[in-house]
Amino acid sequence: MYRNTEIVYESSQNPSIGGAGEAGDLVINVGPQHPATHGVLHLVLTLNGETIKKVEPHLGYIHRSIEKMCESLTYRQFIYVTSRMDYLSAHINNQACALCVEKGMQIEVPERAKVIRTIMAELTRIASHELWWGAMAMDIGAFTPFFHAFREREAINDIMEETCGARLTMNYMVPGGVMMELHPDFQRKVKDFIKQFRDKVHEYDELVTGNIIFRNRMKDVGILSKEDAVSFGCTGPTARGSGVSCDIRKLYPYDAYDKVQFEEVLETGCDSLARYMVRIRELHQSISIVEQLIDNIPEGDFQAKTKAVLKLPKGEFYTSVETARGELGVYIVSEGGTTPYRIKFRSPGFSNLSALDTMARGSKLGDLVAMMGTLDLVIPDIDR
Amino acid sequence: MMTNEELKTRITELIPGATFEEGGEWLNIHVEAGSWPDLAKQLHDNPEYRFDYLFCLTCVDWKTHLTMVYHLTSTEFRHTIVVKSKLDSGKPEIGTVSNVWKTAEFHEREVYEMFGVNFLNHPDLRLLILPDGWEGKNPMRKDFEDPVNMIKL
Repeated sequence: MYRNTEIVYESSQNPSIGGAGEAGDLVINVGPQHPATHGVLHLVLTLNGETIKKVEPHLGYIHRSIEKMCESLTYRQFIYVTSRMDYLSAHINNQACALCVEKGMQIEVPERAKVIRTIMAELTRIASHELWWGAMAMDIGAFTPFFHAFREREAINDIMEETCGARLTMNYMVPGGVMMELHPDFQRKVKDFIKQFRDKVHEYDELVTGNIIFRNRMKDVGILSKEDAVSFGCTGPTARGSGVSCDIRKLYPYDAYDKVQFEEVLETGCDSLARYMVRIRELHQSISIVEQLIDNIPEGDFQAKTKAVLKLPKGEFYTSVETARGELGVYIVSEGGTTPYRIKFRSPGFSNLSALDTMARGSKLGDLVAMMGTLDLVIPDIDR
Repeated sequence: MMTNEELKTRITELIPGATFEEGGEWLNIHVEAGSWPDLAKQLHDNPEYRFDYLFCLTCVDWKTHLTMVYHLTSTEFRHTIVVKSKLDSGKPEIGTVSNVWKTAEFHEREVYEMFGVNFLNHPDLRLLILPDGWEGKNPMRKDFEDPVNMIKL
């Protein structure tokens, strides 16, 4: 990472970076183009030697004003924009929006659609955690795991492509259910994937989880206390690594989550290793959810009958779902028209990132990459 | 966990001037902007409520005025309330709650640049998402027009 960090200026020279640094402090930029930020995130670090004194995120490099755009899109159209926010949880973003519109219009979703949505959401979570795992290992110097992760992720992408027609921005969930019927091969392929996953998952632990070099890089790095995690609004595996129970699927079950058995994964280490372990254990929970549902998809409609033009009654509606990164909230203010008056996406990445400064202070520069890795940042999710 | 009715009674005792909005799944409370920072501290610290998790902080431009919206929940009791405060659109000002919930620091910076709300006593009120040196109107206001980039259809 040192190769890509460019020494720019002493902190006092540029007022825009806001660092009122002491003499001897070094201010460097990490990003916006940096492999460890997985996107265009710009961090301004104040260092004393190699010790981090302050981390200041500068956001907005891929801010597309999605909230503003949504104000002129109808309740059928705006969902497609949200696939582009957290692109690794595209299905789950769509699901959050669909659920919010359904809540406002009191649409009863068919059981079949609920189960399909849950399967899709969990496959997405597995794909997202796979990518995170590969990228995380690569960030701290292990290149091989990336290929192992992509082997499994490809299988999921192929399944998605057959049914949804897209591999990344699926746009499959719509108000009232899902857009189209499952591909005839869907169940067989998912079962093949479950088998592949079960056969191969031990490699993950052998390659990385049990690796002593890896564990030493992660243990006691980036401490986030339970109180701080709640105060910073951290959710998802980031908060659960600090022992905060915050799984929306358990707390406020939606779709078919009340019908499946799974465990909310909690770790109490508060460090990077704990956050890593949460995601690894969540993979197993997700595969178990898919396994429980794949043979039990009820017959019936895949979509409720809805009017061509959707109108939400006057009022305010909020729903939240658990994406691979945490709690995604959709807050719609409606004036009774066909487009939202105001829409706010409470994105998990934005809040999780705000805790980075607290986590990183006093650590060494090299450890920052491990911390960012375990926050699992997706930049469009932060910038929106 | 307190029901909405219980919360309503308790909060009326806490702030006699509060008004409530009917409908909606959670209790909606309207407070004066001036009293909000003190109330926030009480809602957070009081062991009966323990609203320790601010899960959504945003603003709505109603053209005639702005409304700040705070969604609060308790990780201990799991009850939720929505606090709203009406602000003047010409000179919107409200006290910061970043000393109560740390997440508010970033969220308030976002509202500051997008809506132009001035958060009093905020430790670091600067642009967050917009580029340095941004001039002109606040993009999320309803009267904002961008002649270059398409934001409307």
